[in-house]
Amino acid sequence: MSTEAMLGFVMAGAFVLYALFGGADFGGGVWDLFASGPRKAEQRTLIARAMGPVWEVNHVWLIVGMVLMFAGFPRAFAALSVALHVPLTLLMLGIVFRGAAFTFRAYDSRGYAAERQWGLVFSIASVVAPLLLGMCVGAVASGDIRVEGRVVVSGFFASWLSPFAWAVGVLALTLFAFLAAVYLTHEAHTEGLREDFRRRALGAGVAVFLAALAVLLLARGGAPRVWEGLLRSPFALVLHGATAVAAVTAFALLWTRRFQWARLAAAFQAGLIVLGWAASQYPYLVVPDITLSGAASSTSTQRVLLVAVVIGALTVVPSIALLFRVFRPRPEGTSTPGPHA
Amino acid sequence: MSMTDLLYARAQMGLSLAFHIVFAAAGVALPVLMVLSDWKARRTGDADYVKLSHKLAKGTAILFAVGAVSGTVLSFELGLLWPDFMGQYGEVIGLPFSLEGVAFFTEAIFLGIYLYGRERVSPGLHLFSGIMVAVSGAASAFFVTLVNVFMNDPSGFVATPDGPTQVQPLVAMFSPGWPYQTAHVLLSCYQASAFAMAGIHAFVLLRHPGAAFHRKALSVALPLACVTALLQPLVGDLSAKHVAKAQPVKLAAMESHFETERGAPLRLGGVTVPKALSILAFGDPDAEVRGLNEFPRDTWPPVAKVHAAFQVMVATGSAMALLSLLTLLYRWRKKAWPAGRKMMWAWLISGPMGLVALEAGWLVTEWGRQPWIVRGFMRTADAVTPVPHLAAPFWTFTLVYLFLGIVVVALLKRQVAGTLPDRDEGPVTGRGVKGDDAHVH
Repeated sequence: MSTEAMLGFVMAGAFVLYALFGGADFGGGVWDLFASGPRKAEQRTLIARAMGPVWEVNHVWLIVGMVLMFAGFPRAFAALSVALHVPLTLLMLGIVFRGAAFTFRAYDSRGYAAERQWGLVFSIASVVAPLLLGMCVGAVASGDIRVEGRVVVSGFFASWLSPFAWAVGVLALTLFAFLAAVYLTHEAHTEGLREDFRRRALGAGVAVFLAALAVLLLARGGAPRVWEGLLRSPFALVLHGATAVAAVTAFALLWTRRFQWARLAAAFQAGLIVLGWAASQYPYLVVPDITLSGAASSTSTQRVLLVAVVIGALTVVPSIALLFRVFRPRPEGTSTPGPHA
Repeated sequence: MSMTDLLYARAQMGLSLAFHIVFAAAGVALPVLMVLSDWKARRTGDADYVKLSHKLAKGTAILFAVGAVSGTVLSFELGLLWPDFMGQYGEVIGLPFSLEGVAFFTEAIFLGIYLYGRERVSPGLHLFSGIMVAVSGAASAFFVTLVNVFMNDPSGFVATPDGPTQVQPLVAMFSPGWPYQTAHVLLSCYQASAFAMAGIHAFVLLRHPGAAFHRKALSVALPLACVTALLQPLVGDLSAKHVAKAQPVKLAAMESHFETERGAPLRLGGVTVPKALSILAFGDPDAEVRGLNEFPRDTWPPVAKVHAAFQVMVATGSAMALLSLLTLLYRWRKKAWPAGRKMMWAWLISGPMGLVALEAGWLVTEWGRQPWIVRGFMRTADAVTPVPHLAAPFWTFTLVYLFLGIVVVALLKRQVAGTLPDRDEGPVTGRGVKGDDAHVH
């Protein structure tokens, strides 16, 4: 396997992990916004407790993906930075307000009103950011970003405001909300809360299906390369088949209240959707003008990057395992002690 | 690309860095202070140290979060504002950025365990997590400074009209002068944070003399402040000597030195010290110091700004070193950290000086590198994005940073207010102290 294919694979892996963890974080913010019913406050507390220790870690996957892109595929990074300047700037604002508000909410000691104000900022940013993220992905896949030499010639708006890009944005939003709801069924300590998030997960699962259908239908006209990629290669077909199986399984497990397994199936489903996107546009990084090999940095850089990835994995993986072990949901009956520093 | 868009891009980058650097410095140093007080608490069982480590943990959490989001913004902005820089040199400087990513990852993981795991993990693992936060914070600052070293003194590639080739990532990562600049930056992070912390507690002690909690907090901050403030001039001198050799035009701008001369004098404010510049720059009273006149006009950095920033850095640095010397003398003679009003005033006034020196020093480096983004190879003007209307993001981020800055100051103020003697003098008993829970739900 060529170094650029390996790096491309690692980069796709970082984006999968960002979707699974960072995505669930965004989804937590969505459910904070739509908290309702008799257990409104408890829902929000559960979300904050589940996210508190891990939210910063969950977002480092985005940095990892970005660093790999500009070090491994600098030309693609430069072109995307120009073509997607506007949505990426807005996404940055979303990320800033989301992270800052989440922390300020935890440390603002002025009481409930202040907490709710920060909560509102946090949750609105959590809805806007995934939408923008999905729109950027949609733009990259659509083939609407055109690059001649080093110059982006397709303007700063059209590519990410197309119906296809919007549909991908909605898919990202619903997918993240779905993931969060499924994860939270397992984190919940009471029957009531679990049922709240089960209902939300089932609803979001239907929304994911509808959004994915819309993306597929719009891809024919809006992203011909992806449409072809989705249907052409046998490898892609296997991926999509597996995604469908995971989706149905997750739904069935939720239905029958096997929450721990449902969580695993939902993660598989989301991971496969991201991988399916990557596979369907391979070997392009930015469809149709920039390929992996065309944007790749020199072999010497790619080699040391792969070494850095290994060093990173050896450092980060055991640490993350420790983090998730420390904060794994406690068995039923034992209430989680309040975080305390 | 209009000139004004270039200025807005530079202003936005500068503002983002100036903002981020404060939080980054705190993210490097506060974990050390936090672990130190935690360790003292464990050793002495003293309730005040327990409370102090809790307070520092909360301060770290707030500052780290803002540092993390503003750092994420910066990694986007590198591309959004300077796409050609990243498009061409991204691969040359990718290695230190990747390792910085690893360090940042580790920092975030162990900070999560430290902040939320106090009651879930063993005391040993808890302290270990704190140490890991401190170590990875330092590593992160180290790697990211290497990128700046490269921009000042690029190496490890062969330039062609199409961009760099024959890239040697390890050579580029350790461009000449790396030990000086990384040491200077790391020290400045510890120094700035320790002085800020000392200043805050000196302020409270002036109003509430003898407040035990604040005396102890001061005793944690002062050793770090004194040691770093005394080491910094030595490291700074080595750093300047390297700049004199490697970037003579930057040195000339720093010193506002227009004509090449042997036995060059040092001009500080209105005072002229004969031969001092030659001694400082080359360790030889008769050494020749090249003046700006030797370099083409269009490669001069903005001389007045670089010179002013340099003067500010040296002045505040000297003041901090002098105060540290006095404080250590006092400590040696009286076997106690100073507590008198005069010394408290001195520490209060010097509280912000570490940050001022840090920002000024960073401006010296960045303004001093202009008009280049990669010195000698790529001009800043050639790297800027073709996207128009850059005034809009500039003003947006200015307002966002202003807002975040105000909120952070308010939150930290409330943290300190919770420790004032007239409001709360009781010992910490479990979760008893109001507002002492890390996370108010």
